[in-house]
Amino acid sequence: MPEDLTDESSGATVELAVGGAQPPRALVERQDLRDHLPGLEPDRRITDWGRSERVEGLVDRTLYDFLYHYWFRVEAEGVENVPGDGGALLVCNHGGALPPDGIMVAKAIRELHPRRRHVHLAVQRAFQQVPMLGMLLTKIGGVPAHPANIHRLLFDEQQLVLAFPEGRGATDKPLKERYRLRRFEDPTLIGAAVRARVPIVPVAVVGAEEAEPLFGRIRVLIRLPKLPVGPIVPLPAKFRIRFLEPISTDDLGATDEPLVRTLSEDIRALIQENVLELVAGRRSVWLG
Amino acid sequence: MDSRRILITGLSSPIAGRLAQMLEREPAVQAIIGIDTHDPRHELEHTEFVRTDTRHGLLARIVRAASIDTVIDTRLLADPLSVSPRDAREINVLGTRGLLEACSGPDSSVRKLIFKSSSRWYGHEPDAPAFCDEEMPRLHRPRSAIEHQVVEAENLLASFAARNPRSAVTVLRAAAAIGAEADNAHAALLTLPIVPSVLGFDPRWQFIHEDDLVAALAHLARHRLAGTYNAAADGVLALSEIVSLLGKSLLPVLPPWGAGFAASQLRRLGLRVPVELVRELRFGQGVDNRRLKASGFRYRYTTREAVLQLRAHQRLRPLLRSGAEPYHYEPTVEEFLRWSPSVHRPPATDGNAHDASSPVPSYGDLSEEEVIAVAASLDAHGLEQLRRYEAAHLSRAAVLTALDRRLGRER
Repeated sequence: MPEDLTDESSGATVELAVGGAQPPRALVERQDLRDHLPGLEPDRRITDWGRSERVEGLVDRTLYDFLYHYWFRVEAEGVENVPGDGGALLVCNHGGALPPDGIMVAKAIRELHPRRRHVHLAVQRAFQQVPMLGMLLTKIGGVPAHPANIHRLLFDEQQLVLAFPEGRGATDKPLKERYRLRRFEDPTLIGAAVRARVPIVPVAVVGAEEAEPLFGRIRVLIRLPKLPVGPIVPLPAKFRIRFLEPISTDDLGATDEPLVRTLSEDIRALIQENVLELVAGRRSVWLG
Repeated sequence: MDSRRILITGLSSPIAGRLAQMLEREPAVQAIIGIDTHDPRHELEHTEFVRTDTRHGLLARIVRAASIDTVIDTRLLADPLSVSPRDAREINVLGTRGLLEACSGPDSSVRKLIFKSSSRWYGHEPDAPAFCDEEMPRLHRPRSAIEHQVVEAENLLASFAARNPRSAVTVLRAAAAIGAEADNAHAALLTLPIVPSVLGFDPRWQFIHEDDLVAALAHLARHRLAGTYNAAADGVLALSEIVSLLGKSLLPVLPPWGAGFAASQLRRLGLRVPVELVRELRFGQGVDNRRLKASGFRYRYTTREAVLQLRAHQRLRPLLRSGAEPYHYEPTVEEFLRWSPSVHRPPATDGNAHDASSPVPSYGDLSEEEVIAVAASLDAHGLEQLRRYEAAHLSRAAVLTALDRRLGRER
């Protein structure tokens, strides 16, 4: 039994190790290893990803609750579009310096969704090497936005992942360009969802860009990414979140790059349209 | 079990010693030869020890003379504490090259080569995936001498595999082993009363219990599994979690930047802080262990359980140290025990007569149908023994149900 499993893969691995001609990584069909995921250890309070129940619970009960209910007065619609089970990739527009939009979307799902599902935030990989910040982001449920990580969460663990495919471009834009979505810098995130055959839920958020306008970026140390500078206390802008109809990726079949690019472009346009609709619909930045 | 004549390198290490003990109990194994430059530290019944090095031509003669069909190479040193940097290169790269030379050639009898590598191959990078898998390409140039050597050794293995398609080459990338005997930088760090860490980082670490590592190597010897496999226990723990499981406390004495410099100052004070460990203290590493599990291997311990075992060993060590005399290798005594006609040998340890553990000689050869056919001629006692053996070793579902059915009829 074990022999047949591995004899087919053996040739492939040797070739890969040699480094000869090889297919692009994303196209290599892998063995389905979902049955072999590690079991739950009820005594642990930190997950394998490094998320700490204790730290996250504490921040959730104090800071997030306050921001969600009183500071940003979040209003969300269409939360029923988030699937109740199985993996799904939530794709969200992003803006401002250290923007709180991702956290508020995750909080909205925890507050309003009937299943109160936990959301993993895909954070920029560069943050991992920033002392304190990287550690804190990991502890509150952030996962480095590596396609392998996203795939494991979506496909193997059937979790919700919130991603900002605009990447660093989103947090770089000045205030006057707010609510104009940048090109999806990282199409591998969408590609991961297609490969995992999970639905993609586009999310439009309004408010974050006024809450944390970007003043500039400074370089703290040469080896670290430039840190965005915004107001120390986010301004109390009114947040509106709209969850859009999930886009099924089941019928897409093979994951070739042009297809993923077209799909990303469609999703970007859809979010852009809804963001503009939300912006047009509000009377005041602060009161909604 | 298609391995009958096995060569184990690095026999004096705890892992290899216990692997040899485990393989000695396999009925299909005809000969085990262990080589190392130090005396073995484990009591072995019929493993033959040759004190030699893998670097020169002597090894090829041993391989040919004993018509070795399986080589299990456990020499690779991925731990910076156990050896000086120059010796490490001699062992890890030149030693591997010598070993592969001894195993290659058109008339070589070697059909299976199992190489214990290290998960250091993946490095400790902030932008690595949270669970590195075997297909992942390396992201950066190796950052430390040991990492470099691991990569170089695996490259040698890969070109050996390409040149010798008849031999199945298995690379086992093992995480750091912890347990009663494993003595490495991680164990040393976690033995300290207060564990130093880097300010602002809580890395994710993964270990493997040494029992599981030995069992994984034996599993590879039992089956023919070519390719690369990760070996690490389930569960990736934050360093803070590991330290609190051990009942100790963390002290973030190393600054987030210039940790290497701070470590060199600590080294000057007499603390052993290897360069490799400093990167690990910042970024850690997690690997995907599922391919090995899919090949039929079951881990006995999770990382958390391995750490709890380590805690038990740490607490018991002062008591045990004063206890039994450790095993001491004495060539003349070993020779006497193995070959003297005056030694009374119980029949169970002789040739094919492994009746206590297996009622069927050279059991590993038999297919499912053959086992079921043989079972028809056995009595209840024999059936029970066969079932126990099958359950313990190969545990093929079809065989087990057939045996259960026959047992039911027998009673």
